[in-house]
Amino acid sequence: MSEGAILSWRSWAPWVALALALVLLPRLLSSGSSLTMMSLMGIMIIFALSYNMLLGQTGMLSFGHAVYYGLAGFVAIHAMNAIAQNKWAIPLPVIPLIGGLAGLAFGILFGSVSTRRGGTVFAMITLGVGELVASSSLILRSFFGGESGITANRTKLMPLFGYKFGPQIEIYYLIAGWAFIAILAMYAITRTPFGRMCNAVRENPERAEFIGYSTQTVRFIAFCLAGFFAGIAGALAAINFEIMNALSLGAAQSGTVLLMAFIGGIGLFWGPILGAILVTFLQVTLSDLTGAWMLYFGLLFILVVMFAPGGIAGWLALHGPALRSGRLGRLLPAYALAAVPLAMAAAGAILIVELAHHMLVKASSDGSLVHVFFTTLDGASPWPWLAALALLGVGAALTRLAWGPVRSAWAAVHAASAPVDGPAEAAVVPPAAQGVLPT
Amino acid sequence: MLELITFSTLNGLLYGMLLFMMASGLTLIFSMMGVLNFAHASFYMLGAYFGFEISRRIGFWPGFVVAPLLVGAVGALVERYGLRRVHRYGHVAELLFTFGLAFVLEELVNMFWGKLPVDYRVPPSLDFVAFRLFDTTYPAYRMFMLLVAVAMFAFLIAVLTRSRVGLIIQAALTHPDMVAMLGHNVPRIFMLVFGVGAALAGLAGVIAGPALVTQPSMAALLGPILFVVIVVGGLGSLAGAFVASLLIGLVQTFAVAINVSLADVVGAEAAARLGDLGTVTVAQIAPVIPYLLLVLVLIFRPKGLMGTRET
Amino acid sequence: MSAVLSLADVHKSFGPTAIIRGVTLNVPTGERHAIIGPNGAGKSTLFHLISGRFPVSSGTVSLHGRPITGLKPYEIYRRGLSRSFQVTNIFPRLSVYENIRCAVLWALGYKYAFWLGVDALRSVRERAEAVMTSIGLTRRRDVQAGVLTYAEQRALEIGLAIAGGADVILLDEPTAGMSRGESEQAVQLIRTVTQGKTLIMVEHDMSVVFGLADRISVLVYGQIIASDTPRAIRENAAVREAYLGQAVH
Repeated sequence: MSEGAILSWRSWAPWVALALALVLLPRLLSSGSSLTMMSLMGIMIIFALSYNMLLGQTGMLSFGHAVYYGLAGFVAIHAMNAIAQNKWAIPLPVIPLIGGLAGLAFGILFGSVSTRRGGTVFAMITLGVGELVASSSLILRSFFGGESGITANRTKLMPLFGYKFGPQIEIYYLIAGWAFIAILAMYAITRTPFGRMCNAVRENPERAEFIGYSTQTVRFIAFCLAGFFAGIAGALAAINFEIMNALSLGAAQSGTVLLMAFIGGIGLFWGPILGAILVTFLQVTLSDLTGAWMLYFGLLFILVVMFAPGGIAGWLALHGPALRSGRLGRLLPAYALAAVPLAMAAAGAILIVELAHHMLVKASSDGSLVHVFFTTLDGASPWPWLAALALLGVGAALTRLAWGPVRSAWAAVHAASAPVDGPAEAAVVPPAAQGVLPT
Repeated sequence: MLELITFSTLNGLLYGMLLFMMASGLTLIFSMMGVLNFAHASFYMLGAYFGFEISRRIGFWPGFVVAPLLVGAVGALVERYGLRRVHRYGHVAELLFTFGLAFVLEELVNMFWGKLPVDYRVPPSLDFVAFRLFDTTYPAYRMFMLLVAVAMFAFLIAVLTRSRVGLIIQAALTHPDMVAMLGHNVPRIFMLVFGVGAALAGLAGVIAGPALVTQPSMAALLGPILFVVIVVGGLGSLAGAFVASLLIGLVQTFAVAINVSLADVVGAEAAARLGDLGTVTVAQIAPVIPYLLLVLVLIFRPKGLMGTRET
Repeated sequence: MSAVLSLADVHKSFGPTAIIRGVTLNVPTGERHAIIGPNGAGKSTLFHLISGRFPVSSGTVSLHGRPITGLKPYEIYRRGLSRSFQVTNIFPRLSVYENIRCAVLWALGYKYAFWLGVDALRSVRERAEAVMTSIGLTRRRDVQAGVLTYAEQRALEIGLAIAGGADVILLDEPTAGMSRGESEQAVQLIRTVTQGKTLIMVEHDMSVVFGLADRISVLVYGQIIASDTPRAIRENAAVREAYLGQAVH
């Protein structure tokens, strides 16, 4: 290992696997809709990871991260149009870099006023800056194109090795390539002196100042870098959709990336990747299945905040020690026991939401018959409601009961995994496995 | 011109007082519990919708009384069964919880009352002209709103300066760490403050609903402005929140009334070089002004207008 | 002998309450200096003033002959003054090794580098391992700092203060809350890790103070009433009356 190298050769294996997966996925899922979805997932993975440079790594909760994604997207759209118009010899794959630099520039601009403080104050300021940009975007029509947005044609740029990037598959590979680079770069940054100090600032900003670091500078650099990677994602979105509008830099988009990162898990590097994939998948599929999908998102988010602040990745990582010591099997019976009532409760809750949604929103035009869980129920009759309530109530009560066995199974696994002598295994740090929230 | 100034001042004060009804609760909750309640504007929205629902079934006045109480109860329940659980994960988790709550409340309102504005009307008993000035009339309902806001303001001051709970709250504002040591039942006071804060926001919603638009996006439109108010006023300062509320209320109301663009001032030719900036009117940039103010305050006076804590 | 750290008529008030009321103190290079005094005398506040945690109300603090008054904590650190805290102040969810490594990065010149792999920096690794050895936590290298025992956390606290190699070290009650055996070990530890440095410490445990210090200053109600060798302090009538009378027999 040479002095200062970020990644050792031994740690290359997962990256080779990731590259192979990105290359081979379109072979397995070659339909048009899955290509579209995977393209979107790639963009959102970069975006969510850039967000986590702030929240997960440095402890900065931002409510305005879409500003850098959206502004960079607009810069990319204008750049594409300008390049096409002037016939400059710049091929499409360079556009994300332009977007990244735009994100970086806006990060420097807004970061200089918003990173003086961390915590709640920082959160409020990012919200204010987000609203400032979003409301300005409706006024500055020539740059943002008003309600309809600005369009571009990606195929008008100089072809690269004969590729004109018209078909979605070519765009998929463009996104996958950039996603690979961005994921690798963002991971590498966590393994640098700066990356470690980000964690130190998240854990204890005061002490960081007493070991030589200006927390404001750490936050500022993190903010700028996060802006850079969000900019890459924004430019890829511009290429993918060939249109940008003011919605892409608004509060809803900022909220979505927060949801993705948090549901996935902000305490582990790969948590937001998981979150971006899951939330994008749900967004695309759920919005077809039910009109109440936004409500499910909100509820899922609240449940994660309340019961699993480490997100899905944090919960999965809890099982690492048990897996390594070969005791994961002991947990399964208890999990199976708890899963049944949990599924009942969830089914009951979904049934109630679907019935209510149908009766309140659609019954006046479509009648009272509700299609849910592959059956048809009459929302006007009390029986489906009572059944749903019973499912929810009984499921919740039984889940509470089943929690005992789950807890004792965990205690048993823990006790067995931790040898009495030597370093206590349970206390060994799994790389920030707990869902670590800054305080 | 005089007419414009008079009515804009009245409307600005009214808007400012409405903002303060919410900002005061938000400031109290933030100073005492350290929780930045993202869902505060959602309570305002709930107030408007509860008021609407009750007024169309029973009447405006029962809604005026019951809706804020209902919203207060919702707020207290949220504190008791939601926030208190999340508390151990720290302030950021609490903020995230209220963020999720705001999201869910908006979706629920969407589901129950639809995405379009509802027809929440001014009650007939208040539907008349209060006074007429230079050919322009001023509705009595707006005077009523102003009256409620002022009464609420007086009530708040009385509670804070005269009652025992008020003294504890004041102590908590200046010395947040000390109150727990005085032996007061802090969780209960938190629940009370959160509930009362929510009820005040609900009251603002009930009275604002008929005059403004009652729609699911009303919370998302107002929420960020509330944050601006409490930052500009100075975090933890009730007086600052009051001044900032009125300031933003007046500035925004006047801005909306001014239909002048740079092109009118410096001439179309000079303005053309500025692109969009040359042709937008002051009225069009009104929504941007609070956030511009926020950024300026952060650069030049990070403590806020009357705050003692550095933001 | 030149003073590496000097305070000239330093005052500090919180609102109307004066906590530090005119402290003047010169600590020569290489001295082990203890500050003692009754509870509430302002010892910790004095440390906060020197290390930049609080701004002084008036007066000057100088390090290596240059004023450091009004500088930020990290600026003071970069001029060669490092400190520990009375209430353990570590990075609780980072491992012991990560804690120490963060504390050596600045001193080794890596600053905000986001282009160098930290695991491959040999100087950083060697320095961090040396510090861990000297504070006796090598066996606990990968343990999360928040779950260490109290005595281990105190050792880590000292480790964070010395890791960067600052030549002036401030230790705020390094043995607070330790058992007799633990505090004897801590004295040994402090003696080794501050070899060749200037040490200023606040301490309540008189056996620690008289065992370690070359010179002792007595702070009472925000003023230094005596500053002398341990022997002279022991015999100083004013000190006996104000403070030691109850503490040392």
